[in-house]
Amino acid sequence: MTANRLAESLLALSQQEELADLPKDYLLSESEDEGDNDGERKHQKLLEAISSLDGKNRRKLAERSEASLKVSEFNVSSEGSGEKLVLADLLEPVKTSSSLATVKKQLSRVKSKKTVELPLNKEEIERIHREVAFNKTAQVLSKWDPVVLKNRQAEQLVFPLEKEEPAIAPIEHVLSGWKARTPLEQEIFNLLHKNKQPVTDPLLTPVEKASLRAMSLEEAKMRRAELQRARALQSYYEAKARREKKIKSKKYHKVVKKGKAKKALKEFEQLRKVNPAAALEELEKIEKARMMERMSLKHQNSGKWAKSKAIMAKYDLEARQAMQEQLSKNKELTQKLQVASESEEEEGGTEDVEELLVPDVVNEVQMNADGPNPWMLRSCTSDTKEAATQEDPEQLPELEAHGVSESEGEERPVAEEEILLREFEERRSLRKRSELSQDAEPAGSQETKDSGSQEVLSELRVLSQKLKENHQSRKQKASSEGTIPQVQREEPAPEEEEPLLLQRPERVQTLEELEELGKEECFQNKELPRPVLEGQQSERTPNNRPDAPKEKKKKEQMIDLQNLLTTQSPSVKSLAVPTIEELEDEEERNHRQMIKEAFAGDDVIRDFLKEKREAVEASKPKDVDLTLPGWGEWGGVGLKPSAKKRRRCPVVLLSRFLIKAPEGPPRKDKNLPNVIINEKRNIHAAAHQVRVLPYPFTHHWQFERTIQTPIGSTWNTQRAFQKLTTPKVVTKPGHIINPIKAEDVGYRSSSRSDLSVIQRNPKRITTRHKKQLKKCSVD
Amino acid sequence: MSRPRKTNFRPKNAYILKKSRISKKPQVPKKPREWKNPESQRGLSGAQDPFPGPAPVPVEVVQKFCRIDKSRKLPHSKAKTRSRLEVAEAEEEETSIKAARSELLLAEEPGFLEGEDGEDTAKICQADIVEAVDIASAAKHFDLNLRQFGPYRLNYSRTGRHLAFGGRRGHVAALDWVTKKLMCEINVMEAVRDIRFLHSEALLAVAQNRWLHIYDNQGIELHCIRRCDRVTRLEFLPFHFLLATASETGFLTYLDVSVGKIVAALNARAGRLDVMSQNPYNAVIHLGHSNGTVSLWSPAMKEPLAKILCHRGGVRAVAVDSTGTYMATSGLDHQLKIFDLRGTYQPLSTRTLPHGAGHLAFSQRGLLVAGMGDVVNIWAGQGKASPPSLEQPYLTHRLSGPVHGLQFCPFEDVLGVGHTGGITSMLVPGAGEPNFDGLESNPYRSRKQRQEWEVKALLEKVPAELICLDPRALAEVDVISLEQGKKEQIERLGYDPQAKAPFQPKPKQKGRSSTASLVKRKRKVMDEEHRDKVRQSLQQQHHKEAKAKPTGARPSALDRFVR
Repeated sequence: MTANRLAESLLALSQQEELADLPKDYLLSESEDEGDNDGERKHQKLLEAISSLDGKNRRKLAERSEASLKVSEFNVSSEGSGEKLVLADLLEPVKTSSSLATVKKQLSRVKSKKTVELPLNKEEIERIHREVAFNKTAQVLSKWDPVVLKNRQAEQLVFPLEKEEPAIAPIEHVLSGWKARTPLEQEIFNLLHKNKQPVTDPLLTPVEKASLRAMSLEEAKMRRAELQRARALQSYYEAKARREKKIKSKKYHKVVKKGKAKKALKEFEQLRKVNPAAALEELEKIEKARMMERMSLKHQNSGKWAKSKAIMAKYDLEARQAMQEQLSKNKELTQKLQVASESEEEEGGTEDVEELLVPDVVNEVQMNADGPNPWMLRSCTSDTKEAATQEDPEQLPELEAHGVSESEGEERPVAEEEILLREFEERRSLRKRSELSQDAEPAGSQETKDSGSQEVLSELRVLSQKLKENHQSRKQKASSEGTIPQVQREEPAPEEEEPLLLQRPERVQTLEELEELGKEECFQNKELPRPVLEGQQSERTPNNRPDAPKEKKKKEQMIDLQNLLTTQSPSVKSLAVPTIEELEDEEERNHRQMIKEAFAGDDVIRDFLKEKREAVEASKPKDVDLTLPGWGEWGGVGLKPSAKKRRRCPVVLLSRFLIKAPEGPPRKDKNLPNVIINEKRNIHAAAHQVRVLPYPFTHHWQFERTIQTPIGSTWNTQRAFQKLTTPKVVTKPGHIINPIKAEDVGYRSSSRSDLSVIQRNPKRITTRHKKQLKKCSVD
Repeated sequence: MSRPRKTNFRPKNAYILKKSRISKKPQVPKKPREWKNPESQRGLSGAQDPFPGPAPVPVEVVQKFCRIDKSRKLPHSKAKTRSRLEVAEAEEEETSIKAARSELLLAEEPGFLEGEDGEDTAKICQADIVEAVDIASAAKHFDLNLRQFGPYRLNYSRTGRHLAFGGRRGHVAALDWVTKKLMCEINVMEAVRDIRFLHSEALLAVAQNRWLHIYDNQGIELHCIRRCDRVTRLEFLPFHFLLATASETGFLTYLDVSVGKIVAALNARAGRLDVMSQNPYNAVIHLGHSNGTVSLWSPAMKEPLAKILCHRGGVRAVAVDSTGTYMATSGLDHQLKIFDLRGTYQPLSTRTLPHGAGHLAFSQRGLLVAGMGDVVNIWAGQGKASPPSLEQPYLTHRLSGPVHGLQFCPFEDVLGVGHTGGITSMLVPGAGEPNFDGLESNPYRSRKQRQEWEVKALLEKVPAELICLDPRALAEVDVISLEQGKKEQIERLGYDPQAKAPFQPKPKQKGRSSTASLVKRKRKVMDEEHRDKVRQSLQQQHHKEAKAKPTGARPSALDRFVR
């Protein structure tokens, strides 16, 4: 049964299909692929039908058929009418009736009203309101930012904020109510009144006031007219200039230019006669123009026009002439002006003043003209630079003279001559230095580094030899004197002669120094055996030692303790020598003491060094030994951990069982052999120190800098102390401190009210937020 | 109230005053004067101020009061920090200018003694000086003949007004030495080793044979401190109210006299202590030992702060100058040395004295006195801050017996010498500070003023544990605890809150924010940081190498063949 029915329906379908296709076929031209299409569709349909064969999914195929041009399989199509169906059309009866008009109207009204959008949910609305309120409030409050910042940075804040105006009445008011009472006052006022001196306003007398106020109407009018006239003239002139600028005729411009030049020359001539100084200035200008011309190469056949003319010149006489003309012009323009000096010669001694004035200034001008020339400049400066590098003050004047002479002459290319000259000068300066000997020696040693020339070296050698000789001779001289202080040291007797007593201990020292110096000259690297005297020596003989700083540095590390203590210091002699009352025989006592001193010294030094070594060891951070005896090997009394455990790793220099402690900072007394400085921290003092960095500081140095200045009255003047300890906030007792108001800081609008409006009426929303709302609703 | 504190001595035609004394330091204006608006400076009367603005201040004087160490370069700081630093610097400048300006009030000038060209001042004897000076100053030179009670120790009070002395055989006396008014005189019937005023002249500490006793200015015994026994030397630290005692038993004991408590008893482990002096700059006690070392002590540390080997023999005397810069020591090896205490502890100058100095003392203005047998020698420096030059004595004086105690009188050009024959008060021109601080130590204060000062001084008492070698170090941050705290915080939180956040590239427009480019940018920054690190480490290596490089002979090309 069902199969039958299905077959029937299928048949019907196919028929209908054909029916539907009919009009199409009529309308469209028959194409080949059309058939294909149809076939496909049919196939699809068939498949569908088959798939719906099983009971449940079977659906009724709705079929409708209307009379229309275009027949759709599924829908009512309104295509046939060609226009949209309006609701009113449905209502419209065949015959119009008035009773339906009202309904129609209502309908149209309904239609005109747009559909109301769905309201947002409550949370979203609230959120938007909040956002708007926040933005507005933030904007209002941002006005206060500078005020807040200022108050935060202020050194002191004084509350209450509104200050009472100090009641300073103007002096006039005070004086008006005041009367002269004492006879002296009366007398003074009488005098003032008599002379019409100001009593109230102390600065201006009535006359002065009047003079200040005075500017009559006529004057003002005249002034105005003048201004008007000037303005009109200016506009005329501008218009004229504009017109002339627009003229395209070359000839006209040439003529104008020539005229101008002539006029200028004439003026210049006149000026020269009348005002020579101004003329010179003018001349300078002309000179500058010449320079510009020389620089620009404007008339030197290098332009486009000139080149074309040069090609033509072979054949065209006119072109040749034009070229000639240009060249002559170039010559003319670039020629040096010697008008003034020549004219000066012509004029002879007619005007003394001019004679006196002009030549100098002309020279100056020329110099000036030379000045900006970069080539000349360079040669000058290079010379001066060299002078600077040589650092020899004696040479400077020579060099300067040299430079001047060069600049005066024509431009000479920096060439061999100059180099030769310089070398010559160097040599000369060297010779001078050798004469100056000691003072200049450091410079000389530098020189050797720089130049490395044989000559310099040999000269230095000679110089050092001279020095040595000098020292030796002095030593010999001093040795004769040297006996005296020694004698004195041995037996200081009060009845010694005065000249001997006055012999200064310094003398001895210088003697020793000299000896040492001699040694040093011979063996440069030998150590100074007397560090005690080192400071004094270096003070006295900085010039004699070319490499003093180097040696000093070396010495710093290697102060020998033995030397430090065993140095023979010069003995002091005094006028009064203490008398010894002791009963002991003096010689015996001396002897004993000497022995004691001789033997005591070594012990003292050795003990101290030992103590220091111990202290250094104690302060060193300890390594951590992790070896467990007996772990992984035999254990017991008398067994040592194996060599493997104790061994140090060759690469890392660390055993697995030995954690090396990090090396601490270098000891403060590392280079001080005679000192042990305790490196232990003073924990009692540390308790009083700052241990947390306050806020804006990131490094403790920054913070330390702010607390280095003491603020106590012990270290400061009273004023400074008061200023340093001013309280941050000052309040007036018994006064209410009101919150800050806009008026207090100079704002006019009260921002508080704005804020309150928003809070009271949160439904007022700006357009921007309306848009936002819409967006939300769309989403 | 004018006082002839200054003693300029001009013996008959022999000594002339230096003319340059009148000329003062060149007045270098700090800033060029600003003539901003001359009209605005016109007063009511219309007259113009010829010297507008504040008076100029000499730069060197201002520099003296500047305490911020600007040589140290700070790491980069944020704007907020920078503003704070600027405020601090401005404050410093302002206060130092104010202080420099107040120098004007120090009207008094120090005295001096000058020979005619070539003449040795050391040959001028006290009689000459006394003859040349005014009566008031001449009265300050006196001798007390006290032959009966043995060699005397003496001490001036901090104001320089009172003198206390104690003889070996028990004679103790205190007097207002200017007016010569005796306050008390007793015999304690026991050997007196040392005597010292406490913070004011009303209290007197006497180191007697067994114990330390404290008397008041009436001679009434107030305390007997048995915990300080066999004391040989006494020192009083006025700002800490500490009485330091060195004993025969080898203990250095600090006694807080304001509360009567022993703050610290330190064992010096160096035998009998009988050489002691204090550094007035940092209140560190210097002890001299028989093994030639001088040790520096603070009550906060059990061990000495520093130990300096000064002499081959034992140390006989130590003295430190008022600025804490120089220390003078004399030893059994007959040498007198002046050490620099500013970190190097090296001898600046050394002299061998014929018999060695048994006693040393510095004056307020840096004069050094040494007592050798029965002679005192005084040396003076060139300037104020220079060490005394030992080449030529400034003054010498012979006493009637061997010297046993020496002290310069504060604010006076007077040197007090205690010897076997009694007490001698010598005139030493230029020894004392001419200007005194009336609030700190006023020689003319009344009893009421003294009481007021006492209260204030007690309120400002410096805790004993703050004594350290460099008192300025207290104004530094305790870096060790700071770092410790930081480490602990990191451990507690599990991360470093101050660590720099890793670089996060900013998103960019127009397709440049692709993942690849982000990574590339990140990599770039990372590489840059890495390069910086490498550069730094290389620099350090260079430094090390440069240090390690032998500075000897230049390497020769043949060195490579050396086996």
